[in-house]
Amino acid sequence: MTSGVLNLVLKRLAIAVVTLLIVLFAVFFATSMLPGDTASILLGQAATPEAVAGLRDAMHLNDPAILRFLRWLLGLLHGDLGTSYANEMPVAALIGGRFVNTMKLAGITTLLSVPLALTLGITAAMLRGSLYDRTVTIVSIGVISVPEFMVATLAVLLFAVYLKWLPALSSVNEAHSLTDLVRIYAMPVITLTFVISAQMIRMTRAAVIETLSTPYVEMALLKGASRSRMVLRHALPNALGPIVNAVALSLSYLVGGVIIVETIFNYPGIAKLMVDAVATRDLPLIQSCAMIFCLGYLFLITVADIIAIMSNPRLR
Amino acid sequence: MSNLVEVRNLKIEAKTDAGRLVEIIKDVSLDIADGEIVALIGESGSGKTTVALSLMGYARPGCRITGGEINVSGRNMAALSEKERAKSRGTDIAYVPQSAAAAFNPSSTIMEQVIEVTRIHKLMPPEQARKRAVELFKALSLPDPEGIGARYPHQVSGGQLQRLAAAMALISDPKLVIFDEPTTALDVTTQIDVLKAFKSVMRAGGVAGVYVSHDLAVVAQIADRIVVLKGGEVQETGTTAQILSAARHPYTRELLAAFEPKPRQAHADADAGTKPLLRIDNVTAGYGAVRADGLPVIRAVNSVSLVVEKGRNLGVIGESGCGKSTLARVIAGIHPAAAGDIVFDGRELERTARKRSQEQLREMQIVFQYADTALNPAKPVEDIISRPLAFYHRLDRQARSKRVDELLDMVRLPRTLRYRHPSELSGGQKQRVNFARALAAHPKLIICDEITSALDTVVASAVIELLKELQRELGLSYIFISHDLSVVEAICDEIMVMYNGERVELITPDKVKASTHPYSKLLFSSVPKLDPTWLDGLVRDPELVSRYGHR
Amino acid sequence: MTIARAASSRRSFLGHSYSLVGVVAALVILAWTLIAIFAPYIIPHSIGDIVDDDYFGPMRQGLWLGSDYLGRDMLSRVLMGARYTVGISLAAVSIACFSGVMLGMIAAVTGGWLDTCLSRFLDAMNSIPSKLFGLVVVAAVGSSIPALILTLAVIYIPGAYRFARALAVNINTMDFMTVARVRGESIAYLIGSEILPNIIRPVLADFGLRFVFIVLLLSGLSFLGLGLQPPLADWGALVRENIGALPFAAPAVIVPSLAIASLTISVNLLIDNLPQKIRDRDA
Repeated sequence: MTSGVLNLVLKRLAIAVVTLLIVLFAVFFATSMLPGDTASILLGQAATPEAVAGLRDAMHLNDPAILRFLRWLLGLLHGDLGTSYANEMPVAALIGGRFVNTMKLAGITTLLSVPLALTLGITAAMLRGSLYDRTVTIVSIGVISVPEFMVATLAVLLFAVYLKWLPALSSVNEAHSLTDLVRIYAMPVITLTFVISAQMIRMTRAAVIETLSTPYVEMALLKGASRSRMVLRHALPNALGPIVNAVALSLSYLVGGVIIVETIFNYPGIAKLMVDAVATRDLPLIQSCAMIFCLGYLFLITVADIIAIMSNPRLR
Repeated sequence: MSNLVEVRNLKIEAKTDAGRLVEIIKDVSLDIADGEIVALIGESGSGKTTVALSLMGYARPGCRITGGEINVSGRNMAALSEKERAKSRGTDIAYVPQSAAAAFNPSSTIMEQVIEVTRIHKLMPPEQARKRAVELFKALSLPDPEGIGARYPHQVSGGQLQRLAAAMALISDPKLVIFDEPTTALDVTTQIDVLKAFKSVMRAGGVAGVYVSHDLAVVAQIADRIVVLKGGEVQETGTTAQILSAARHPYTRELLAAFEPKPRQAHADADAGTKPLLRIDNVTAGYGAVRADGLPVIRAVNSVSLVVEKGRNLGVIGESGCGKSTLARVIAGIHPAAAGDIVFDGRELERTARKRSQEQLREMQIVFQYADTALNPAKPVEDIISRPLAFYHRLDRQARSKRVDELLDMVRLPRTLRYRHPSELSGGQKQRVNFARALAAHPKLIICDEITSALDTVVASAVIELLKELQRELGLSYIFISHDLSVVEAICDEIMVMYNGERVELITPDKVKASTHPYSKLLFSSVPKLDPTWLDGLVRDPELVSRYGHR
Repeated sequence: MTIARAASSRRSFLGHSYSLVGVVAALVILAWTLIAIFAPYIIPHSIGDIVDDDYFGPMRQGLWLGSDYLGRDMLSRVLMGARYTVGISLAAVSIACFSGVMLGMIAAVTGGWLDTCLSRFLDAMNSIPSKLFGLVVVAAVGSSIPALILTLAVIYIPGAYRFARALAVNINTMDFMTVARVRGESIAYLIGSEILPNIIRPVLADFGLRFVFIVLLLSGLSFLGLGLQPPLADWGALVRENIGALPFAAPAVIVPSLAIASLTISVNLLIDNLPQKIRDRDA
């Protein structure tokens, strides 16, 4: 790796850190706009003013926002995510197991959708204008255009209601055998794969088509290269950057998708936890869940950018 | 069949944006004998590249070969299946593109791409192909022939890439090589090396060639025969000597006439030439970080001084990267100077345009090379020309409209063009609108930055004539920046030669042949002449070339 | 081959060429817009009235789209739902695009530290997933209609900014911008007269895309029960209310879903098939 690449990568990492701080502050700021006094909410209506004031002091609610932000940040660095308002359990304990569940769901979806989408996107670009290409394009536009919950409800209608192959709800704890596992994950994974692949197919296709119109691909044609050689040896290596970006951006749709899918299928992950926390206005829990999602998203786009930088042949 | 290539009644259609079919090649026929080099010459849009590519059975996306025969070594490329065509591409017929920089895949090494043809068609084992490539690199006088193949395209200069593209074409011993304007993007001193290299390998191998170009002088050096194209039709065909000495077709004569030197009469005005209009002293400008002494690390313009007198023209000439365009931008205040003084019409100018007064801005206008990007595509011509009228002169709607008509008359454009958008104009028309906008400000000095470089020869010489006329009528001064000696000679009273950011020499056009500085000598001697023996007879001091040539 | 096919499905009129798909999509969008405006005058029943003895009733005369989980008329509820979904989304997308595009053009033209700060900040905001952003803000400020509009707008300002800035930066490198600058033109002129006319088409297409995103996000939030609160109901909320009908595949859950899909797919198709101005040189 040359120093030019190293510099660019370091610069990109620095940007990621700055972005992270801004995002954390935004999350903190948004959640502290919550109307009503946290202390009185916590103590209920019967609380005496003295008790409320005491709690406010104890929770440092009277400090300026920036100070509370810094204290919260310090806590995060020590792995202290705070205590849930709703059931007074440490947030870390509430999140722990559910985080693993969500990662499993996201992981399986990624393993399925990335190869699927890349294959479809690249082949559609190769056969541009064919019936196959137009079918892929129309279906992916359709999927992108409808809300995730609709893809999910359609999947339920098809697989659970008409075909009766799969249960409509997930419950990870009852998984005893492989078939159980498939039945539990199938529905959420199918839904998520659809949602994410559609985006990825479109972007991959566009990236490959753009490189296919470059002069060096025309040059390959004039050397007598076959269509597959033009795509695989000349277009793809140069479309790598945009494709990685497409993958990362589409995977970030996982975040949105997961929120809907976990709720619909009653899947015990952090997204479901967070939606419930929003309903009960459980501040520390919302903050922590939001932070985890933002971190994941930021991680994805940073990695994608770094791969794109490193795959740029001009920087070699 | 006696000839290597026999094209008969070729027709090619293109589809416009609106879906209309237009015949862009109308009934073209031509022959190429074994080992013969035929030039296709014409302006942009004449169909010369389209015809050349059709020899490979290829039409660019949106175009279609609709009629005629393209016989190459006995096979009709127009009738073959795509698979059959692919078999002869790279083996029988090879292609050298206009911009090798764009035609090399950036993510693969040069050697891999040079020998790719032998892999695709399984012509020889890779080891042998690499050896052959190195031989070709030597024959094309490329530096470091053993090592250059391991590099990536972006690590090699434009002139070298162009020769590497020729090696890529020649590796399979083709019968016919198509050169698509292969030296157009190069500087003149580099162009000579590339031309010489092409000529010697083609001659040594007895390979037939098609040389597509808009430049008659370049073509004269390399072609046996010339085919003149215009509007998708063959205008005239003949041996190089015939075309150069006894052209029959009026269009060919026009092309030739554009080469005639039209020296400018010396100024008769007693008044002009006495007072300096613009004087710049020791101006330095550049890019990158600023050092402790206030000067930038990378200097594009290094301590340059010049004087432009009222009613006189100064030409600035030099090759790409010599700092001539930066100099223009420094004078106009677009790129602020780091050091030095600019005095315009007796008053010291601020270095950045933003701090100059509106009157100062009005009196000095700049016209750019590419009219495509210099005119806002979203506005009709009248809006473009009338903006300076409203901005500087506060004319009302009616007065503006009248003045737009006058300005269109001045630049010899029909008044009805005022309602058109730039995309609906030809290259020459756009450049005239571009110039009319500068005139609308009623300036004293117009800085012309390569304004004829993007135009066809015939159109460019018409624009130069117009500029001269307007100067006589309006008493303007021009700073004329160009890489093209003939353009500068035609219009300027003085010529400043720049090299590597510095002023090398200041001479008058009549003294060009007697230039004293070695770089000026090299530069001026590198401009191709219409004489077909020019390149072979050219003797250059190798020491000079290695000192100043841009490889 | 494709070009020929695409061209054959296009018709031309008044110097523009149209495609049939684009025309149909435009008609669907127009229909929903009209419904959104006139819904209160055309609904057959009040949206709160229980008109059916049964819940999740089937389609039949009088109750053209069946009834919902309380036995209310689905047709009336879907028509009124259009008002909220289209209205809120349109307001939000207008605010988002107007602010984003203005900021983007200003950043591109001014450059320097303003551009850097603005871009850094908005890019950071852009890296908060939209649905998550929505959840957090809704948790904080609640889900009244103005709050929803502002939240949705704020979420999509960074995207609109980024898009417009990228376009404007390209235009800004053109020589006509340099010419205008050395003429001494003001920033307002540069933005309004030189840049905007050149980016307006892609910006309008982006407006459409962002409208789709906002409709989807609003529906998603409502579906989670965090969007519009009862008794008001947009299409997302209608799906949520009637999700119990899923096992019976009753119209109560299918129709609002179809309504969302018809709107968003139409907008996407219209953007892909915009009328093209025929601008042939007289060749």
